[in-house]
Amino acid sequence: EKVTVEVLDHLEHLALVDFRDAEGVERLQKAIQFADRLHEVNTDGVEPMDSVLEDRCLYLREDDVTEGNCTNELLKNAREKIEEYFVAPPGNIPLPKLEERETFLQGS
Amino acid sequence: AAAWGCAGVWRRAWQRGAGGPGPALHGQRATACNARGGAVPAGKSGLAPWVPVVGLEIHAQISSNSKLFSGSQVQFAAPPNSLVSFFDASLPGTLPVLNRRCVEAAVMTGLALNCSINKKSLFDRKHYFYADLPAGYQITQQRVPIAVNGSLSYSLCIDNKMSQMVTKTVRIKQIQLEQDSGKSLHDDTRSQTLVDLNRAGVGLMEVVMEPDMCCGEEAAAAVRELQLILQTLGSSQAVMAEGQLRVDANVSVHHPGEPYGVRTEVKNINSIRFLAKAVDYEIQRQIEELENGGTILNETRAFDSKLGCTVPMRDKEGKQDYRFMPEPNLPPLILYDAKSLPANMNHQQVVNIDWIHERLPDLPSVKRAKLVERYGILPEHSFALLNEDGLTEFFENVVKQTQMKPKKVIGWILNVLLSYLKQHSLTVKESPVSSFLLADLLNLLERKEISSTAAKQVLAELWKGEGKTPLEIVKEKKLELIQDHKELEQICQAVIDGQENEVIMIVLG
Repeated sequence: EKVTVEVLDHLEHLALVDFRDAEGVERLQKAIQFADRLHEVNTDGVEPMDSVLEDRCLYLREDDVTEGNCTNELLKNAREKIEEYFVAPPGNIPLPKLEERETFLQGS
Repeated sequence: AAAWGCAGVWRRAWQRGAGGPGPALHGQRATACNARGGAVPAGKSGLAPWVPVVGLEIHAQISSNSKLFSGSQVQFAAPPNSLVSFFDASLPGTLPVLNRRCVEAAVMTGLALNCSINKKSLFDRKHYFYADLPAGYQITQQRVPIAVNGSLSYSLCIDNKMSQMVTKTVRIKQIQLEQDSGKSLHDDTRSQTLVDLNRAGVGLMEVVMEPDMCCGEEAAAAVRELQLILQTLGSSQAVMAEGQLRVDANVSVHHPGEPYGVRTEVKNINSIRFLAKAVDYEIQRQIEELENGGTILNETRAFDSKLGCTVPMRDKEGKQDYRFMPEPNLPPLILYDAKSLPANMNHQQVVNIDWIHERLPDLPSVKRAKLVERYGILPEHSFALLNEDGLTEFFENVVKQTQMKPKKVIGWILNVLLSYLKQHSLTVKESPVSSFLLADLLNLLERKEISSTAAKQVLAELWKGEGKTPLEIVKEKKLELIQDHKELEQICQAVIDGQENEVIMIVLG
């Protein structure tokens, strides 16, 4: 079962990944095939496990103020800032539609 | 205040906002819901009745010193980006650490809303891109939230006069813990957005109410009661104006017996009053659209309070795919009760549901019942008392200090004092007339030293806050009732003597 161009395009929009070339797509294909092998096991009546750390204790912190007040340090990473605010574009800039962008997927 | 109910048929005539978009009106439209929330045959010219369906998603900011997963301070107004830790800014290498107080707040709220508390709940990541969500995902509880299957009872007035109240219930689907996002300030002139992350990571309780409501009044009353509960618990201060309580409404309409219609989500509702308007507008808009042969899009709309209508939100295009996944950095949240309490665990690491249950304060409904029982006032009086911050305390203080019966005192509190306060936009705490002064005045009235009319005059003077006592004002303005029989006789005789003709007329019948 091949992953369709529509799904790849959808993924590129959602996660802003770039399936640069055939190798990238093939790697994804192989990863899915690998994960699909999980279906070979009968898991009826078995609770899914998210993490091998599921029995660890979730540490609860006291409600004290211990952090913050580091505006200057944080803003050092900002490409653009105005009076202690981060500056961002006016809204999300969506990835252009498949037909309108230069991507390997176009050709497939 | 408790709102009007939808029992019986009600008709609304919607006015078009000046130049604004809105459903055109062809005569009057009728929507109706009876006491059970169903449709009542209504509408003219044989149009089939509509059943409006309203559900709510409410986000309440948790009242805590620090954030849900970091030690940054929680505060409403502060210099931009000053209450932000490395984790809140999503710098690499940082990890979430759960705040115990936030867990307790959610458990309290779940218990107050009759929910089942999940002893094991999980955290998930909800992914979407936005400038005020630096991580690119929000930590929430999508699969197994902390509390489920509760209920909230609220009351509505059936008529104008607030004399008949009906109790309704809305089911609570779940309560989940999640992070708040930062704030975006849109600067359209310079085509940019300024981002302040002070709010990013503040703890929220999302309360999901099932679509058991049928109109704006019901939605407003339910939210008002939730607000009072949260404030009583202290789990949230729930002030809508400060963004501590945010409500999104899900609205759809359908014909009785048919499946539910397509629903729209209405956001940007900034007050309880606007909530009722937004919901009612959206119901009418959908009815108009469908009756004109149109369809309803499953979209998100914003409420424009100036125009009184809902408009499509530009940024929400199409259905979002949030790609939920378990939060890998947080193991399950385990809560305990008296039975399951582990023997040798650090107290600080244990949240005991039963311990919290035992310490819940009296909820508004219980407080109201106690007021009615203790003072013999009417249920609607108890609603009015609880609806105004500090009013119950004021009332009880007056009752303590006066011989006048509570049933009479309540009239002075609700009809006289409260209207003064409203007229001057004052809170109870700001009242120039203290409970002591009012009690003093009511005692004069009760001992028949002054008349009711005189009492009102004295109150008007007291209101000026010049520091005079009621007795001083009474003497100053000579408002004392004359008790002396002889004096009264003389006055009456003088009146009769002065009106000979009228007296003859009366004697002759």
